[in-house]
Amino acid sequence: MISLARIRAVFLKELVQMRRDRPTFAIMIMVPIMQLTLFGFAIDTDPRNMPTAVELRDDGPLTRSFLASLVQSEYFRIVKRVHSLDEGESLLQAGEVSYLIVIPEHFERDFVRGERPQILFAADASDPVAASGPIAAANEIARRAFAPELERLPRRLRGGLPPYEAVIHRQYNPAGETSMNIVPGLLGVILTMTMIMITAIALTREVERGTIEALLSTPVRASEIMIGKTTPYILVGVIQATIVLVAGRLIFHIPFAGEAWPFLLAMVLFIFTNLMLGYLISTVAKTQMQAMQMTFFIFLPSILLSGFMFPFAAMPGWAKAIGEALPITHFLRIVREVMLKGAGFAEIRGDIWPIAVILTMLALASLARFRRTLD
Amino acid sequence: MNGDLVIDVKGLTKKFGDKTVVDRFDISVPKGAIYGFLGPNGSGKTTTIRMVCGLLKPDGGSGAVLGLDVLKQSDKIKERVGYMTQRFSLYGDLSIRENLEFVGRLYSLDHLKDRVDASLKSLGLADRARQLAGTLSGGWKQRLALAACMIHEPELLLLDEPTAGVDPKARRDFWDAIRDYSAQGVTTLVSTHYMDEAVQCDRIAFIAYGKKLIDAPTADIPRKVGLFARRIETSALDEATRRLKAAGGFDVLARFGAAIHVAGRDPEAIIAAARSLEDLPDIKIESIDAGLEEAFIYLMTGAQDNFANGLEARVGQ
Repeated sequence: MISLARIRAVFLKELVQMRRDRPTFAIMIMVPIMQLTLFGFAIDTDPRNMPTAVELRDDGPLTRSFLASLVQSEYFRIVKRVHSLDEGESLLQAGEVSYLIVIPEHFERDFVRGERPQILFAADASDPVAASGPIAAANEIARRAFAPELERLPRRLRGGLPPYEAVIHRQYNPAGETSMNIVPGLLGVILTMTMIMITAIALTREVERGTIEALLSTPVRASEIMIGKTTPYILVGVIQATIVLVAGRLIFHIPFAGEAWPFLLAMVLFIFTNLMLGYLISTVAKTQMQAMQMTFFIFLPSILLSGFMFPFAAMPGWAKAIGEALPITHFLRIVREVMLKGAGFAEIRGDIWPIAVILTMLALASLARFRRTLD
Repeated sequence: MNGDLVIDVKGLTKKFGDKTVVDRFDISVPKGAIYGFLGPNGSGKTTTIRMVCGLLKPDGGSGAVLGLDVLKQSDKIKERVGYMTQRFSLYGDLSIRENLEFVGRLYSLDHLKDRVDASLKSLGLADRARQLAGTLSGGWKQRLALAACMIHEPELLLLDEPTAGVDPKARRDFWDAIRDYSAQGVTTLVSTHYMDEAVQCDRIAFIAYGKKLIDAPTADIPRKVGLFARRIETSALDEATRRLKAAGGFDVLARFGAAIHVAGRDPEAIIAAARSLEDLPDIKIESIDAGLEEAFIYLMTGAQDNFANGLEARVGQ
């Protein structure tokens, strides 16, 4: 029989130990703040003043007003005028400029004739985050720059398609990512990293300190230790999430468009799942050091294959399969659905149950691994 | 099964890989007894104790602890046994009170606060209850550990080298407590290296390399081992030691302050060796009864030299 009294005993003990372990507790609070600062500020998701090279094969008033709009937008800083595409390409490749904009010959003539001349935007998209903002802005800049000219055009050229075509080449990384993803995504990453880490040492610490022997000589059951040792940290996870969400709202103006309760449910479930993953690690690892190494082993795919860094849809099948098995992949979808797209329970249900399944499997695996003897 | 036996197991065996750590071990401990486990390091004392309290699953053997099946009912056994580990195994980052409360809750005790208060009072730690257990000195840690494993009033107390690294005063206090429990009917199984602890036991089992070599009431052990001994006093102790070593034929040679005890199973050899010292200054040779200490040194050297089997034959039982 599972005894609530014994679960409570372990729960209270962990709570007191957590409170006493000031450095760890401080790290738990500092991690979200630090990550937010790093990802949120240092890595500007909406960069301005990107060094840009231009090649003007047509130097009429229309072109000049377009250039002026580019500069005015603050996204682009024109650092060089080049005279051939090769010259521009090599600057781009060397990283001296992030953008190359080419206005073709007879731009103005073709524009007026309605032949839709092409403006080339070549972007160094090796850093997709850096590239996405200005690229998204380029079309709008062009539209505004040419708006006065459009007024003077024959009626047949107005309405429909714009009388030019902005051709965007994302070079070195064809798939761009949108910037709103970062902060909500961080919520998943922070919870994954800290929650797994905190329980990964739950048992190994008892083994290393020798306290496990006395613990196991009492009538406490494996399931009671498991529940008592994981649940206190749900509270820590909720505190971390609150920090990220509040900072995301106040500092980065990330909206929270969807329903709060389904989101909270999914979040607590996700936190508990990560704690259980850490607990499973601690039933396998022999030392705290090993536990940390295993934590990082989980952490890497959680960042790379979950859709946090790279778009999930673009990954090959095997990588998707790994991603689907990670709780963070489902949580990231939930976060984005709810926060950015305003989803409710019905929309995220499909990602809640996989987390519940993963949690159950982890708990069963932990119980199977845990020995109540010292054999 | 004998109702008066708190521990009654036969053929207890434990293997770690190829190594047999405990080999067909029989033990019967009557209610209220203080039963000592002696033996060199690595002789299987800890493993045996862990099997008795359900922390290790025996590979062979059968029997009962507190009338419960030692192989199948370890959950029930755990509820009625108090186990004090060799290494301090309470939480250093919990206070004294929190440690006792934690253990008490694991046994689902009623009136927990009263029990913890009573325990703190009898420990003499009532006003230090909020101190972190990790900051206690060795002797106090020991007493706290004992209090923690007594808080659920177990009928059987298993102590694994409880006073290692504790000063003699603390050790004496500790043993006073054990004898009090024994008077109240608590049975104690204790492993130790110390002679002054061994003499406190009613009965002693000597274990070496997983086998029990002797199992007898403490007072009977020297006679059972059958040592013949002489006490030698002289102002030239070093010379005496040198000559005795040259003469040989004894099993134990030990210095006790200004005297040498020489003992062995061959009386003729001992007498001959002693006689070779008669010309030393201030020589005084006395016939003494070999004590526990000589018996154990004999057993321990024998165990190292002969690796169990031969010694078993020599000791006889």
